[in-house]
Amino acid sequence: MTVRRFTILVLAVAVGLAAAVSPFASSSPDGLQRVAADNGFLARGHLGPVQGDAPAKGYEAPGIGDARIATGIAGFAGTLLVFALAGGAGTLVRRRGGVG
Amino acid sequence: MHIPDGFLDPGVAAVAGVVSAGAVAYGLRHAEASLDDRSVPLLGVTGAFIFAAQMLTFPVAGGTSGHLLGAALAAVLLGPWLACLVLAVVLTAQAFVFADGGITALGANVLNMGVIGALLVGGLMLGARHVLPDRRDVFLAIVAAGAWLAVMAGALAASVELALSGIPLGTVLPPMLGVHALIGVGEAVVSVAAVSAVLSGRADLVAAVRGTRLAARA
Repeated sequence: MTVRRFTILVLAVAVGLAAAVSPFASSSPDGLQRVAADNGFLARGHLGPVQGDAPAKGYEAPGIGDARIATGIAGFAGTLLVFALAGGAGTLVRRRGGVG
Repeated sequence: MHIPDGFLDPGVAAVAGVVSAGAVAYGLRHAEASLDDRSVPLLGVTGAFIFAAQMLTFPVAGGTSGHLLGAALAAVLLGPWLACLVLAVVLTAQAFVFADGGITALGANVLNMGVIGALLVGGLMLGARHVLPDRRDVFLAIVAAGAWLAVMAGALAASVELALSGIPLGTVLPPMLGVHALIGVGEAVVSVAAVSAVLSGRADLVAAVRGTRLAARA
C-alpha cells in the first residue's frame, strides 16, 4: 500500500466514524464532568474568551434542527479541518527546517 | 477530560501552559529535523483519526462516558514529540471551533491529554525496544499497558491541577482515577486495534517499531 493510499484510507475511516457514528455516541457526561458534578464544582466552569462565538459549540453545526445531523456535519467538517491543520503544521515545519 | 475555563486558578493554568508550550516547541524543533515527505500526511491522518475517535464517546459506568485521548496512539505511530504536536493541534481546534475545553485551560489540557501520555508512552516504547523481543503480541501488550497508563497519568495530572486550584485532592483524585481506570481500558482497546491495523498494512510507518523485525515484515 502506498503512503498516499494509506492516508486516503485512514482519512476515509476517520471521516466516516465522525460523520456517521458519532451522532449515536454516548451523551453522558465524561469522567471529569461527572466528578465535577458529584463534588459541586461543575458550576465553576464557563465558556472561555472567544468561545461564545465558536462556530460549532458542543460539536453541533449551526442552524440545523436535527441534533444528530448537526453532530454528523460537525464531525465530518472537524475531521477534515484537523487533517488540514495537522498536515499543514507538518508542511510548514518541514519547509522551515529545509529538509527534503 | 477536557477542563473548561473556570476550573483552574489562573496561575495553575499559566504554569501548565508554559510547560505544554515548551514541549510543543521542542516537538516542532524535533519535527524540523525528522519530518520527511511521508510523515506530513501521517501527521494529518493521525490528527484526523484522533479527532474522530474522540467524538465516539462510549458509556463506562453509572451514566458516565469516556472517549479516546489518543496521546498513546500518536506516540506509538509518530514518536512522542510529533505526538505532542498532533494532540496540541487537535485540542486547539476543539477549544476554538467546538468550545470543548477552555481557552485559558488549553495548556493544561494539552499537558494532561497530550504531552504527559505521549512522553510516558514514548519512554515505554524506547525501553521496550531494548529489553523485549520483536514480537507482535508482546509489542501490542506494551501498547495496551501504555495507553491505560497514559489515561491514568492524565487523570492524575488533572486532579493535581484541580487540587492546586482549591479542590481538595482527597475529593477529586479517587473518583478521577476510578472512572479513568475504566476509560483507560477503552483507550487500550482502541489503541491496540489501530496500531494492529497499521502494523498489518504498513508496519514501516509505525515509529515505535522502526528498525525492528516487526517493521521489516511489512
